[in-house]
Amino acid sequence: MIINAIFFYLFAGITVASAVMVIASKNPVHSVLFLILAFVNAAGLFVLLGAEFLAMILIVVYVGAVAVLFLFVVMMLDVDFAELRQGFLNYLPVGALVGAVLLAELLIVLGAWVIGPDVLKGIASPIPPASEINNTQALGLVLYTRYVYFFQAAGVILLVAMIGAIVLTLQHRPSVRRQNIAVQVARRRSTAIEVVKVKSGQGLS
Amino acid sequence: MTIGLGHYLSVAAILFTLGVLGIFLNRKNVIVILMSIELILLSVNINLVAFSSFLGDIVGQVYALIVLTVAAAEAAIGLAILVAYFRNRGSIAVEDINLMKG
Repeated sequence: MIINAIFFYLFAGITVASAVMVIASKNPVHSVLFLILAFVNAAGLFVLLGAEFLAMILIVVYVGAVAVLFLFVVMMLDVDFAELRQGFLNYLPVGALVGAVLLAELLIVLGAWVIGPDVLKGIASPIPPASEINNTQALGLVLYTRYVYFFQAAGVILLVAMIGAIVLTLQHRPSVRRQNIAVQVARRRSTAIEVVKVKSGQGLS
Repeated sequence: MTIGLGHYLSVAAILFTLGVLGIFLNRKNVIVILMSIELILLSVNINLVAFSSFLGDIVGQVYALIVLTVAAAEAAIGLAILVAYFRNRGSIAVEDINLMKG
């Protein structure tokens, strides 16, 4: 139990500290790297909660794909980030006010909540004991049966996002000459060459 | 020294607040705003998984998976818009994004 608590405070502390660094660091590249650290430690929290599959997905999808995408974009855009950072302190009072109010509200809610007795009765599909079946299997048994339409919808969302991202970033430059394979294949002898009878001594006029 | 549901909810609340604060503080930098949105979605996911674990209901994890999908799609589209905008205008400062005079 004490090990559990130690690891909870380790993961939670590093997650919160790196989240602070994400919003406070001067260089956006450092922000992305701290975001990766926050995600990895949040994955640690998920493991502590018994959601191993989601923890691994968090690492694969967020650290492997999304954060690297951020890193790509930050490094690809040639932007003066020091200029973008001006006014950071101007926004600090109002931001701190909104943040403090929000945090106070959330913590007040946290201090007073109880789980209603009806909630525990209406559990949709209970987690099977970890000794019988592991988390990935349990998740799959629910995800591919009762929630298969949600799964399909998630796939459609990803497809739309992929097509949208490609359409947005694909450039068509008319000035660049490209190989047009269809035109090359459709070329026939009649359109390509012309046989001319040349009388001797006259040449083509 | 038992770690209860409240501990996880506190971490999620702090992360959510930091995300909102990040949107306020880095009002000129779209990239950091997108990262703040990612932090907010992460805090939502921590909430969902914590409730799922402590109530013993696996549907919360299914929902967290859907949120993860939407977050990934949002990041991809947002960054694509950012790249396209930078290519057209040569700037990503939020103040310059006022073509629609909103």
